[in-house]
Amino acid sequence: MLKVEPAVLSDDELLERYQRAAFDYFIENVNPENGLVADTSRPNSPASIAVVGFALSCYPIGVERGWMARDVAVKLTLAALRFFSTSRQGNGDEVTGHKGFYYHFLDMRTGLRVWRCELSMVDTALLISGMLVAGAYFSDDDGDEAEIRQLAEALYRRVDWRWAQGSSPTLRQGWKPKSGFLHYGWEGYNEATILYVLSMASPDNPTSDDSYEGWTATYQWENIYGYDVLYGGPLFMHQFSHAWIDFAGIRDAFMREKNSDYFENSRRSTYLHRDYARHNPYGYGGYDANLWGLSAGDGPGSFRASVQRQRRRFSGYAARGAPFGPDDGTIAPWSCLASLPFAPDICLAALRHLRDRYPEVIDNFRLPSGFNPTLANRRKFGRNGWVSEGHFGLDQGIVVMMIENHRSRLIWELMRSNPHIRRGLGRAGFSGGWLSKPASPASGGGDVA
Amino acid sequence: MSRDRTMATAFPVDRNDIELIRGAHPPLWKNPEPNGPYNLLVIGAGPAGLTAASEAANLGAKVALIERGLIGGTCINVGCIPSKAIIRTARLYADMRDAENLGGDTPDRLRIDFQRAMTRMRQIRQRISRADSAASVVSAGIDLYFGEARFSGPDEVTVAGKTLRFKKALVATGARPALPTIPGLTEAGYLSNETMFDLTECPKRLLVIGGGPLGCEAAQAFCLLGASVILVQREPMFLPGEERDAAQILSDALAREGVEVRLNTEAVAVRSEGGKKLADLVCDGDTMTVSVDEIITGIGRSPNVDGLDLENAGVAYDATGIKVDDYLRTTNPRIYAAGDVCLAYKFTHTAEATARIVVGNALFLGRRKLSELIIPWCTYTDPEIAHVGLYPTEARQNGIPVKTYTVLMHDVARAVMDGEEEGFAKIHVREGSDRILGATIVASHAGEMINAVSLAIKSGMGLHALADVIHPFPTQAQGIKMAGDAYRRTKLTSSWKHLAGRWLAWSRR
Repeated sequence: MLKVEPAVLSDDELLERYQRAAFDYFIENVNPENGLVADTSRPNSPASIAVVGFALSCYPIGVERGWMARDVAVKLTLAALRFFSTSRQGNGDEVTGHKGFYYHFLDMRTGLRVWRCELSMVDTALLISGMLVAGAYFSDDDGDEAEIRQLAEALYRRVDWRWAQGSSPTLRQGWKPKSGFLHYGWEGYNEATILYVLSMASPDNPTSDDSYEGWTATYQWENIYGYDVLYGGPLFMHQFSHAWIDFAGIRDAFMREKNSDYFENSRRSTYLHRDYARHNPYGYGGYDANLWGLSAGDGPGSFRASVQRQRRRFSGYAARGAPFGPDDGTIAPWSCLASLPFAPDICLAALRHLRDRYPEVIDNFRLPSGFNPTLANRRKFGRNGWVSEGHFGLDQGIVVMMIENHRSRLIWELMRSNPHIRRGLGRAGFSGGWLSKPASPASGGGDVA
Repeated sequence: MSRDRTMATAFPVDRNDIELIRGAHPPLWKNPEPNGPYNLLVIGAGPAGLTAASEAANLGAKVALIERGLIGGTCINVGCIPSKAIIRTARLYADMRDAENLGGDTPDRLRIDFQRAMTRMRQIRQRISRADSAASVVSAGIDLYFGEARFSGPDEVTVAGKTLRFKKALVATGARPALPTIPGLTEAGYLSNETMFDLTECPKRLLVIGGGPLGCEAAQAFCLLGASVILVQREPMFLPGEERDAAQILSDALAREGVEVRLNTEAVAVRSEGGKKLADLVCDGDTMTVSVDEIITGIGRSPNVDGLDLENAGVAYDATGIKVDDYLRTTNPRIYAAGDVCLAYKFTHTAEATARIVVGNALFLGRRKLSELIIPWCTYTDPEIAHVGLYPTEARQNGIPVKTYTVLMHDVARAVMDGEEEGFAKIHVREGSDRILGATIVASHAGEMINAVSLAIKSGMGLHALADVIHPFPTQAQGIKMAGDAYRRTKLTSSWKHLAGRWLAWSRR
């Protein structure tokens, strides 16, 4: 339970507690032997490569905030990088990755592919982004930090991004040994900007010049609820790439045409989610100006039930979005914090409302993947409705990073200095803003522990 | 025949079907004697053929119309009309089930009478077919022939032993379901749109292969009529080519109704076992087998070109149909084609529209073009999905900057009153102007609503002007006007607001 009444905490104190609680997820769920981090805190959870990417990005934050010693961060970071560097690659069984990409879920101990999951392009990009953060932050000359930089660079450079295009300009979402590339489409805007930036910047295996343009050709610029937005339904689509890259003031061809930028787009999309909850077209419990945020996350399970005499379908883990759905009344409370840099006022108001109205959802300042107040006292659910068990690494990672970007801009500043990021943005057609200024050297941060 | 080894009864199923045959292909029909060359000879009495024949005859042309099966073609007999009649009954059951939402009481025991639904469909089909019966065709002054038409030369056709000469001809023979390529499916037996309306009993477990319009409509309708339905779609979304958000809403709606939705899934093999059909489904390399009572395929349509001896007339064709130019002329300048046999857009309304073009171009030296048509279409699921004009992706690929004005149906008062608030109206305009490029509407009555946008595009009306069109309140079509209102609001720039504020302040002095 909460030990201090958050109402008396300042905004920064409040954020510090939520950020620290989210950060501790990684310490609690990492395998120090190989640096892999569990996808969720549930028993027997495998590792998720994206969660490792978030963990690698969060360790520098932990060092800067004084939550972990620099040498501990170095050790965990090196464990992960050495593991990925030495793990088996290939197109057969009993491997960790292929063509420099990695399978989405890995065994926490052996690091081998589990669940017959896919080789994931976007999750690999999130992992590589974490490696690049580590490479940018650990700038000391000592052997371990030099090895971090060397391994991060090597692991990025060996990814065969061009192979992942298949026979089309756009990148494929995934690949499986038996069936080859998944034919899921990448239609419309989503979280993949960082994937394209990294892939286009690759010194050795870049995607073709038309890849980013091929993707942005599917964008749809819409006026919804009075906001001009590049639509992406779930909020995480407006947050994940932004955790690493500060898109404020820099524009690609699409945003130049629309006289906007992706940071502003995320701000508007955050407000759009809030307005959707105000509309609450399906009459879900709790939705209002301070309870909003649909995203990808855990859900109450697959079943149908009547809500306000209307037939509704509920889902387990799914990507939920506004305003076109799907929406089953499940709120992703972490998604409000992940929008903090874009719209701090409404995000902080939502955070305080959550504590006041649904304190049972918060586990010592740590937020669950989802909760559904509509299901209060229905079916097998109790008076709190459905609340996701345990915690998910992705949610905790994005919370740590976006709070930090809001507070100190640490990750954004580190990545601004990264030549690969700058080159990738340039090749994707971004210009202006901070890109028009020379890169400042990475801060590297001193040990405050 | 795909009917074999299925639950479908042989056609005609009941007295309604017998009546339909009497009107649409009278058993004792005697073909007329050809008398000199025809101004227009039409092969196929579906929507395109009937439209062309009646328009030409009405203008005084000497017209022959040849049909080998039933007058009315796919639309009346095995297409739009029977399917939408069944969908109406399915919606009734959905409303009965959801009666509480509409302020009523759901019956304690909702018994679904499948047979009655199918009988109603056959009654309606027979009634609508009467408008185009053989007798009414003849009374319009058209020489009606029944039989297989074959070109015997560049300007003549033989049918039932008679040779008919023509100045101009129109091939409007339509299309039929493509033969499935799934190993074992033919042997196990399957239904297509040509046979599924001959069912008299609802299959308990039904596999629908293909998530295009036919597959989605059939899956939802049969689900609401009591079948346990699995819908497999090879692509990652239903209705490929349609907007992502529209397909998403449809996918959610189908799942909510209880359809077992399987995207990215391909049926790779079918076999019979113990009176059941077993289908192997593959998703991302993983295989699973489902056991069902019946299978409906909704994948692809093949043009009806076989047996016409098109080679004798010098008319080129391939697997996609007869090759036509923008004036709908084939490689034989005397011969035109219209409708499903030559078009990518296989709809009744495009068949009729192209037939009208052919009458003008073939008989009156007209120069109307296929590419000038504004073609809307609609998938009649609930909610319906209707589209006209360009998609944003198409516009962007052509270098046209595009902006979409979106109105959610849950903001449309009448939709809320009707309990039909799912969906949206999206109108795409050229960025920086109010020129309407296209629209997609997802709504319970999207097929009705899209007409306003088609009219606006056809008449060159912009979205700004559309906002000035007074719509009766409350109607669901108000959603279209609301998109116009949204456009107008964005034009109220801050400088305009500033000027207006100063003017109003001055007015108060």
